[in-house]
Parts: sequence; C-alpha cells; structure tokens
Amino acid sequence: MNAPAYNFAYLDEQTKRMIRRAILKAIAIPGYQVPFASREMPMPYGWGTGGVQVTAAILGPQDVLKVIDQGSDDTTNAISIRKFFAKTAGVATTTATDEATVIQTRHRIPETALNENQVLVYQVPIPEPLRFLEPRETETRRMHALAEYGLMHVKLYEDIARFGHIATAYAYPVKVNARYVMDPSPTPKFDNPKMDNCPALQLFGAGREKRIYAIPPYTQVVSLDFEDHPFEPYRFNAPCALCGAENSYLDEIVTDDKGGRMFVCSDTDYCEGRQAAGHHGSLSAAPYREKAQEASNG
Amino acid sequence: MADQNWVENDEPLLVARSLSKSFGRINACRDVSFSLYPGEVLAIVGESGSGKSTLLQMLSGQLAPSAGHVSYRMRDGVTRDLATLGEAERRFLFRTDWGFVHQDPAQGLRMAVSAGANVGERLMAVGWNHYGRIRETASDWLTRVEIDVARIDDAPRTYSGGMRQRLQIARNLVTEPRLVFMDEPTGGLDVSVQARLLDLLRSLVAELNLAVVIVTHDLAVARLLSHRVMVMKGGRVIETGLTDQVLDDPREPYTQLLVSSILPP
Repeated sequence: MNAPAYNFAYLDEQTKRMIRRAILKAIAIPGYQVPFASREMPMPYGWGTGGVQVTAAILGPQDVLKVIDQGSDDTTNAISIRKFFAKTAGVATTTATDEATVIQTRHRIPETALNENQVLVYQVPIPEPLRFLEPRETETRRMHALAEYGLMHVKLYEDIARFGHIATAYAYPVKVNARYVMDPSPTPKFDNPKMDNCPALQLFGAGREKRIYAIPPYTQVVSLDFEDHPFEPYRFNAPCALCGAENSYLDEIVTDDKGGRMFVCSDTDYCEGRQAAGHHGSLSAAPYREKAQEASNG
Repeated sequence: MADQNWVENDEPLLVARSLSKSFGRINACRDVSFSLYPGEVLAIVGESGSGKSTLLQMLSGQLAPSAGHVSYRMRDGVTRDLATLGEAERRFLFRTDWGFVHQDPAQGLRMAVSAGANVGERLMAVGWNHYGRIRETASDWLTRVEIDVARIDDAPRTYSGGMRQRLQIARNLVTEPRLVFMDEPTGGLDVSVQARLLDLLRSLVAELNLAVVIVTHDLAVARLLSHRVMVMKGGRVIETGLTDQVLDDPREPYTQLLVSSILPP
C-alpha cells in the first residue's frame, strides 16, 4: 500500500535525462531558449508546469526544496508544489532561503543573497521577449540568431513616448552575457540587478511554450535602457509595515474599504527573519508593537 | 574630390545579369539584365502578371533567382553578389543602405506602435541608444514628409492612407539609404494624394541622390519620377530606354498599346 506509486520526483528517468540535456545546453548558451519535450504535469498550465519539470529533473534526495510564489512561501501554488515534491521525491522542504539548495520561484527572487550551492528555478509563462512585438515565431528565432534586437528598444521607446519614462515594471528585458535578449519571467524589475553576476545557477522553465533557458553563475545580465533614460529598479517609497525594511520589494495590501492599505515585504521568509531578529514596523503584531512602544516611551 | 565623386558615380550601384525565375513550369521572369547608377530612378512598367514584382523581389534579395546574378556596390566600394552575402549581412543591408516601400503601408509599418517608433526602429536596430536623439531625428523626418509633428505619438492605424505611405517613406529613408525599392507606392491612393506623394518623392530623390527601382503600372508615375523605363511583358523586358523616349515614341506594339491606353487629359 505504501509502495511508491511514482518514480523519484514524479517524472520517469528518460524524461529527466531529456530535460537535463536541455538544461545543459541552456547553460552552455546563456539566455538562449532551448526547446524541450514538455510533459503534461498534474497541474494546469500557468501554475508552473515548466518550473516543476526543471525542478524534478535536477532534484536529488539530499536537496532541500523551497518554493515561493510572488515571494511568499504560504500561498496555494507554493504549498501545493512543495507538497508535491515532498510526496513524490521525499525531499526535505524549507521556507528559509539560506537552508534551501533548490528554490523554485514564481515572479520573485528572494531578498536574501543566493550562494553558489543554490539553484533558482523560475516558472515562466512567456519565454519570448519579442512575442508581442513580432508575432511570427520563425521571425523572432531568426532575430535572436542574428542578434537583431532593435525591436526591443522600440518597446522601451513606446513606454517613454507614452508615459515619459520606461513604464515596463515587470518582465523587463535583459541582455545575457552580451548576446541574447531574455525575458526574466514576470519578476518585478526591482529584481533585475540581482540576476547580474549571481553566484547561484538560474534556470527558467516554460511548460506550455516548451522552452528552457538559463543564466549560469557569475554571468553578466544587463537590463536594456536608453542612455538618457537609464534603467531604474522600482519600489514603493515606504518601509515594510511589519519589519521596517527599507530595501526590500513591497506588496501593497488593502486593509479596508476606506482607502486603508499597508506595504509589506513580498518575501515572507525575509520579513519573518527580520521580525524574529527584533526589527519591527509601524503595524507589527502585538509583541513587537509593545516593544515599539517601549522603545518610543523609553 | 570632384574627380573621385565622378568615378564613384560612374560605377553602377546595382547590376542585374540575365536574371530568370521560374515557378515550376511558369517562367515569371526571363533573362533580365540592367545596371542602375547612383541617383538614377528606374521604372519597371507592365501589366499585372508581367513579372515586375518577381523581378523586384529578386533585386532586393528576398527571392533567389533560378538563374543569373544580382550584385550591389556596398558602402565600402566593393561590388558583391547578393547570393554570396550571409543572411545577417543581407538583412543589415536591407535596414541600412536599402529601403523598401510596399504598396500596402501595413506591410511596411508596425501598425500598433507610434509613428515615432516606426521611424526610429531602424536607428535603434543599428545601435542608436539615446531616446532624445532618436525622437529628434524622427520628428525631423516627419516634418520632411509633411506629417504634423504633433502626431508623432499616434499609431499609423489612426493615419489616412496618404499619411501612412509618407510615414513608410520616412521610416525607410531615416538611415539615409542609397537605394530604395518601391512597389506601386501610389497604388490605392486618390489622385490628389498621389500627386502630393509623387511631388514629395521627387524632391526627396533629388535631395538625397537616391537610386530608385520603382515598379508601377501607372505610366504617369513613371513619367513623373523616373529617368529610365523598362517595359515588361510575359516575364521579358521588351523595351527599355529614357522615360520620355519610351513614353513619347514607343517602338514595341505592346508599349504603344500601354501608352495609348491612357486617357487623354
């Protein structure tokens, strides 16, 4: 009854070999989208089928897995993927960034700096940065092959012409290793600088689109911009309401129907870690609030 | 210096040697040869199905000829066979030293992005990376093709047919090409708009010393713009010569028919 019904990490070994080959090729050509025979996974497209396949292919029994969704460890998507691998691979899971060896992510890069022993796996909905500018896939592939990226700047030009600044706030195009232009999946552009020269291996899996691409450790990643409109990471100008962090990416949370809102770190692990270390913000829960009042009284 | 210019202009820019193209049993184009010199405007006239567009596609490197060669004198002065160029080189040539004006502006423009970006695209493709300068150049070109600069941020789908065609011309000329291919540039426009467009084209051609290959079935366009005319029928060039000579004193029966089919004003 308790005999494992699945192969280790759900996918069969041949499939994992195929995905690993695609990953190796992707690492060899940083930023290049490698086609692979994406499998049907027991979850709908858009829920991270690409990321899950990459994770399944690289996961070993000794790995410690962390899964985040918009920076959070406790949303439905993150919990179900974490449970999926706990069940099918029996690996240890964690929510702490520095304990994890494999981190699967949707739309964020953890605030805690990554190290050489970690692999960051991104879930990618649309791998092609030129998709909405040039509808023909044959043409975009040729443009990548010939490094014709003028069109990418057309998008940024349009932003400035319309809004006066580069209004693209997520999926901000980057150039990897001075060659391929890549869509960093819908991470906020706040996270773009973290990709540059990152010690961890970064893998990107797009399940529906059947593409894998990668940024090897310590690779140059440059966000595209204009000389007179340089790239600027964006962040709400407020400290986190729970941990007081001034340099983390914030989520805006509506708290009532009278315009009340609060800004909190989108990376829950980072925020909790800071709170446990005694940092607090304006809306911290009771024990911290008492401390905050003591601090202000004393 | 004057001497050198003279020498440069004395060498042909584009040379076609016995170009042929067949699609299965159909010979779309047979044994076409000519030389085009810098600053020269060549009109290719003929009825539908006479092989004009096939010829234009072969000349612009979009279609490989079944037989024959096209060579082009690059900016460095070396004449090279288009067939020996790599795809990257050919595409680079296409967006820098060449222009291609389509009959339907929707084919040559990006209809969903603003006019400014349409004009600026070629500049960005050759590495311009300064928004202010790109925009300045784009506005300058819009003025030159008589489009109100206030409409620089509007998408071409909000433009009238004549404006679209002028925008397409600006987009092609912004990198200062030496050779422009035009496929029925005035097709589908009403007469007064056609006249304005032709006027504009004529002044731009003279100002920029452009070499132009223009395909048209409209003899009035050929007469107004071109220096030389090639008349095609059934894939062959049946008559060629100076424009006024061919149009005023046609030798071939078919050309006589073409000329006489224009209604007298």
